[in-house]
Amino acid sequence: MKEQQEFVFCKGGGCTAKLGPAALRRVLEKLPPPEDENLLVGFDGSDDAAVYRLTEDLAIVQTLDFFPPMVEDPRTFGQIAAANALSDVYAMGGTVKNALNIVCFPEQGDLNMLGEILLGGSEKVREAGGVLSGGHSIMDTDVKYGLAVTGVIHPRRILRNNTCRPGDLLLLTKPLGVGIINAARRVQEASPAAVRQAEASMTALNRYASEILRKYRVHGCTDVTGFSFLGHLSEMIAGGFIAVIQGDAVPYIPEARGYADDFYLTAAGQRNRNFVGGLVEFRRKDFALEEILFDPQTNGGLLAAVDPQDALQALGELEELGFPCGIVGEIQTGEQKILVE
Amino acid sequence: MIQVNAMGDACPIPLVKTRKAIAELGGPGVVETLVDNEIAVQNLTKMAQQKGYGLKAEKLGGHAFRVTLQVEAAEKSTDGTEGVKTAESAAVESQAAAAPEGTTSKNQAEAPEACLVPAGGSTSGTVVVISSRRMGEGSPELGETLMKSFLFALTQLETLPQTILFYNGGAFLTTEGSASLEDLKTLEAQGVEILTCGTCLNFYGLSEKLQVGGVSNMYEIAEKMAGASRIVRP
Repeated sequence: MKEQQEFVFCKGGGCTAKLGPAALRRVLEKLPPPEDENLLVGFDGSDDAAVYRLTEDLAIVQTLDFFPPMVEDPRTFGQIAAANALSDVYAMGGTVKNALNIVCFPEQGDLNMLGEILLGGSEKVREAGGVLSGGHSIMDTDVKYGLAVTGVIHPRRILRNNTCRPGDLLLLTKPLGVGIINAARRVQEASPAAVRQAEASMTALNRYASEILRKYRVHGCTDVTGFSFLGHLSEMIAGGFIAVIQGDAVPYIPEARGYADDFYLTAAGQRNRNFVGGLVEFRRKDFALEEILFDPQTNGGLLAAVDPQDALQALGELEELGFPCGIVGEIQTGEQKILVE
Repeated sequence: MIQVNAMGDACPIPLVKTRKAIAELGGPGVVETLVDNEIAVQNLTKMAQQKGYGLKAEKLGGHAFRVTLQVEAAEKSTDGTEGVKTAESAAVESQAAAAPEGTTSKNQAEAPEACLVPAGGSTSGTVVVISSRRMGEGSPELGETLMKSFLFALTQLETLPQTILFYNGGAFLTTEGSASLEDLKTLEAQGVEILTCGTCLNFYGLSEKLQVGGVSNMYEIAEKMAGASRIVRP
């Protein structure tokens, strides 16, 4: 610790490196609200991306996301960072068109490594059906990478995150536990199988899940990232709803349970607990499940409030994507609260 | 006793180091872990609760925290160890109370448990809730005078409150034109957290006029009130 720190590629990054929600909210509240009627979605509703209307039937979806590495392999990191940035467009129901790189990299760093990161990122942009058209790079002590993404959407088909309705069923399209597994991995305690599943989840585009969900009556949608399942769910029910979660139905990477019981816990998970814990009532005693529900995800799945008549059919299609997913709960009327049964 | 230095370590490292030290104890004993952030303290607290360890957490000043874990014989034994347990925890307690530069040594001597971090997160001591610019019913003019002297009186308390929450009409007291700004700034300078409800500032058009403390939201207000050991409402 004392000597001049050597360059470390992976220091436990991903969405665990985000500023805490409480800190962020306090800062954002002080900014003057934007005044433009064409801004359909701004930062006021803690939504996933901004949506700006250009014409009656065309709006752009814009987002930017970047973070430090959470895996050792540069190309995999590039894929994860890009998939994560692209995800916000999918959470809004949009289609990706254009992306720009944003890079922080040490001056003495190995440029081959940077090349691998950018290669991984470009692979994901291509898979998303978009073009990578430029970017900016900054010298920094640590590596950080991500994208600024522009997508398009019909102004009346935006999937906001806080417009769910009572009776909606909640669908989650990827397993939780990625943050806990990355924490165990940092101290060389994660099994190869757990690492494989976490990487598969982190690199997978939410494009396919988003395209499936759009075919159904989806009343609200967000992606589960750094603020955890419960954090993003709390934003979803901010309009004044109760979410009843069936603990047994929540998909997670199996090893995450044991790692949580062994206390491979992140600071971000605890920050999430501090931030939304007051809204959550756990009706079962299950420490590992609590940790999994507060666990920060990196490019986690989509969480959608779906019309109850459509939910089963949508789930059937989502299961074909190959990730553990499920109907994890229900929206009810009442004061904003999450019950975990 | 084993000491663990986890200063500068991000979670889960402090937890991993502490567990390793507990394993090294090989039985009952004390592990003392130094960390540099409160979140790590909270994560260690969760671990202690799950494992049934005795726990004491103290702020050593600046960004240093000491978490003392009292480990009983291999995971919660039942018989006859009760007496030993209390004796040992008392030892930990007094040792900790005698420790240098605690937050306020007077507080610690009076209430050593004040530093304990309870389940699930942030602790508060006394929280003062100000929901109006006036104190009490009756003459509005008198009410304003009373509130001003109440806030001044707070500055003179032996033990200052941890947090003062201002909402609804209370927002007029932390903003431009308030007669209590000096007193509130004094309190803030002494470490009292001062928070005003953001919705209320907006409602009264005071957002640009906040003069002391931070802006808060209903989550935080609820959290502070629920976590308070005592709530004072003038």
